[in-house]
This record gives sequence, C-alpha cells and structure tokens, in this order.
Amino acid sequence: MHTLLDALRFIGHNGALPSDPAAPTLLHLTLQMLWISGVGIAISLAVGLPIGAWLGHLRRFSFVAINTSNIGRALPSLAVLAIGDAILGLGLTVTEVALVILAAPIVLTNAYVGIADVDPEIVDAARGMGMSGWRILWRVEVPLALPLLFAGIRTAAVYVVATATIASLAGYNGGLGYIISDEQSYHLSGVLGAAICVAALALVVDGALALVQRALTPRGLRLERDLRGEDVDALVPVTAISPS
Amino acid sequence: MSVLAPAGVVIPTFGGAPSSYACERANRLFCPDWVSKNWSSVLWPALRQHVLLCVVAVAIGFVISFALALLAYRRRAVERPVILISGILYTIPSLALFEILVPFKPLGLSDRTAEVALVSYTLLILFRNIVTGLREVPDEVREAARGMGMTDRQCLWRVELPLALPSIIAGVRIATVTVVALATVASYICDQGLGVPILAAIQDGVFKTELIAAGGLAVALALCADGLLVLLQRALTPWARAR
Repeated sequence: MHTLLDALRFIGHNGALPSDPAAPTLLHLTLQMLWISGVGIAISLAVGLPIGAWLGHLRRFSFVAINTSNIGRALPSLAVLAIGDAILGLGLTVTEVALVILAAPIVLTNAYVGIADVDPEIVDAARGMGMSGWRILWRVEVPLALPLLFAGIRTAAVYVVATATIASLAGYNGGLGYIISDEQSYHLSGVLGAAICVAALALVVDGALALVQRALTPRGLRLERDLRGEDVDALVPVTAISPS
Repeated sequence: MSVLAPAGVVIPTFGGAPSSYACERANRLFCPDWVSKNWSSVLWPALRQHVLLCVVAVAIGFVISFALALLAYRRRAVERPVILISGILYTIPSLALFEILVPFKPLGLSDRTAEVALVSYTLLILFRNIVTGLREVPDEVREAARGMGMTDRQCLWRVELPLALPSIIAGVRIATVTVVALATVASYICDQGLGVPILAAIQDGVFKTELIAAGGLAVALALCADGLLVLLQRALTPWARAR
C-alpha cells in the first residue's frame, strides 16, 4: 500500500524525477499519449466508418464485415506489435499501424451492424418520400445507428489507449509508456503512477466520447431513449467489443 | 528489480561472440534453425504456460459470472452494480491494471496477479451474455415448463439454461479470445506465457526470428481457440443450426 501512496505523490509532483531534472513531465507525456492515440483513432475511423456504413447501407457482405472484427478481436495486440517490430523496426510507425489494425475492425463491424439493423420499413418510408440512397444513409440510417456507431468508436478508442500503452513494451518509448518501460529510474511507484494516469485517460476518453454521442444524437431520438430508460451501453453487441 | 528476465533464452549476440548460425547473426526476418533449436526450451514451455493461464482465468471468471448472473436473473437490483463495476474494470488498459495490482500484498509479481487481472476482464462479457441469454428465453416456454409441474430449479437447469446456451457459449468464446490476447501482456509481470519470448526478443536488440515465432504462436493460439469454441458451440446447440 505504501507504493500506492508513493504513486499518488508521484502524480502530485507531475512525474518529477529527482535523479534527472530534464525528464519530461507527466502532463507532457499524457498529452503526447493522447496525441498518439488520437492519430490512431482518427485513421481507424477514416478507414472503418465509411466501409462499415456503406456495406451496412447495401446490407450485403455481412460475412466479411462481421468476421473482420472477429479476427481483429482475436489478434493479441502485443503479438501484432512484435511481428510489426520484426518487419518494420521499432518506432512510432509500427505503433500506429498496430493501432489501426486492431481498432479499425471494431469500428467497421459496429458501423455495419448498426446501419444494417435499421428497421427496413423506415428505410422504405424514406425511399417513398423520394430520398436518394446517399440521403437515406446520411439523414436516416446514420442517426438511427448512432448508439452502435458510438459503441464501436468508444470501444475502439479505449482499445487504442490501451494498445498505445503496450507499445511501450514493444519498443516505442513515447507517451506514458516512457515511464512504464523505465522501471529502473522511476521505480515501481512511478510506473504505478503512470499506470493510474493511463487508466484515468481511458475513462476520460470514453466519457468524452459519450458526451459527443449525446450531443450528436438528434433531440427526438434522445427523448425517445430517455423515455424508454434504455442505457446506450446495453446496445453494444457482445460480438463486437474487446479490451486490450 | 528487473521485471523482464529472459529466462534461459538462447539469443545470438549481435557483434559479440560469433553465433554458429549465419542467419541469426545477420538477424534475418525468420531463421527456422533457431526455432527448431529453441522450440523445446523456449517456445513450447511458453505456449503451455500461456494455455494454462488462459484456461484457469476463463474457468474462474465463468464460475464467478455464472453465480452473479443467476443472482441477477432472480433479483434485478443486482444487475446494475455488477455491470457498472465490471464495465469500469473492462475499460482499464491491461498493462495499467496488471501494474496497479502489483503492490497489493498477497499478489506481487506473480501469476496470481496476472490471473486476478485476466479474470476481471472476463466478468463483464460472461455476466452480460449469461443474463441476456436467460432473459431471452420466451415467457411461453417458461410457462409451459411451469405448467408441466417443474419447480424453479428444474425449470432453470432443464429449460432456461439449455435455451440460453448459444448466448453463454458466445460469451465464453469472446472471453477466451480476449484472455489469450491479454495473457501476452501478463508476461510483463509474471514471467509466464508467450509474452516472455516476445519481451526478451525486444530487449535483446529486436531479435526478429523470436518476435515472429512467438507473435505468430500467440496469433495462431487465439485463432485456434476461437475456432474450437465455434465448433463446441455448434456441437452443443444443434437446434440453432436448423433455423
């Protein structure tokens, strides 16, 4: 328990290292980590969302769309990083590639399932009103699929933060991994302090995305959900989630 | 205290004493000779430990989740807190959780710590799938069982649980794959499993063959476990295929 108190003190001192005054601060490393994860999430969204949404709109290739994520989920992140290290060498590139390989399938599958599961009668009604395919996707299917879209994005984001931490074991020394992989200088209390920051970062990212989701949900849908008293989290399909 | 102790790994020393294998000295992408030479001393023990870590974690996680799920099935008030707590545990990145658990006295740098963390990751998935499976049993089926004179207990074991089986096995499948992946990270604190050769290879100047061999084994193990559980699911629920 002493270590735990020391770890909290370490956080309180912003990660100051007595033996090395030039060491980066905890805040700096946390922001760097946020940046690395942000880039990974952005690329995963750019890859996963359009493909998943379009396949869902066509309501075809469900086998491919769902099994991508099944395989993506099965891949151990440290193993992906290890194989990446062997092929590409250590560094930020491997980390980002691994982040995208692991996170994009989650985004893709949730986007697919969310949009393909929109009530076909609603889509027919939209078509009957003369909407084009593009407008149906954008104005009808995406808003209705928002809970699942965001379930995927939130899961992927937490996954990315976790994997960015593991990247410190696999040779990329940026972000909070800088502390976690350097136990000799930081001792267990420093490593633990950084670990607590990682956990907090994951929870904050998840919470922030929940707020974004709430802001993006059209007011009518929000009201309906409040009336039903349904928890958005409950809509995550268990086939499409995974931690790291 | 060094967490990463490459235990008895035969690694060619780059530039130091000459290795007997040219391929390893050059650190080419994959040297089959190294794998066959180190299979029984490095890779096979790691694979065996990895499987054991995972089986124990899923088994303990299943027992806990099953008990909690039955409780939540009878008393709805239990469901919310369990989902909340296991959901928070699930969100904590694995490396962080492993390290946060280390200072607690009975745990320390041991496979017990690894198991506690691994079990905590299975809870949300297993609990939610078991409860969902039980809730989705149609009311008519339940009433028919009651009408045949079954007690609550008989109804649970002979009607509700068998019908919930697809959802339960789906949960076991996800939990298993998740644990196989996380157990590689567990090697950072407990010197067991396929993470050990991976971490050793990185520490020893990115020894590519070992990275590919151990990483490949971990990926293969995850995909095999997933595939085997799909087969189990089909074997246990023949009626699901007929639909």
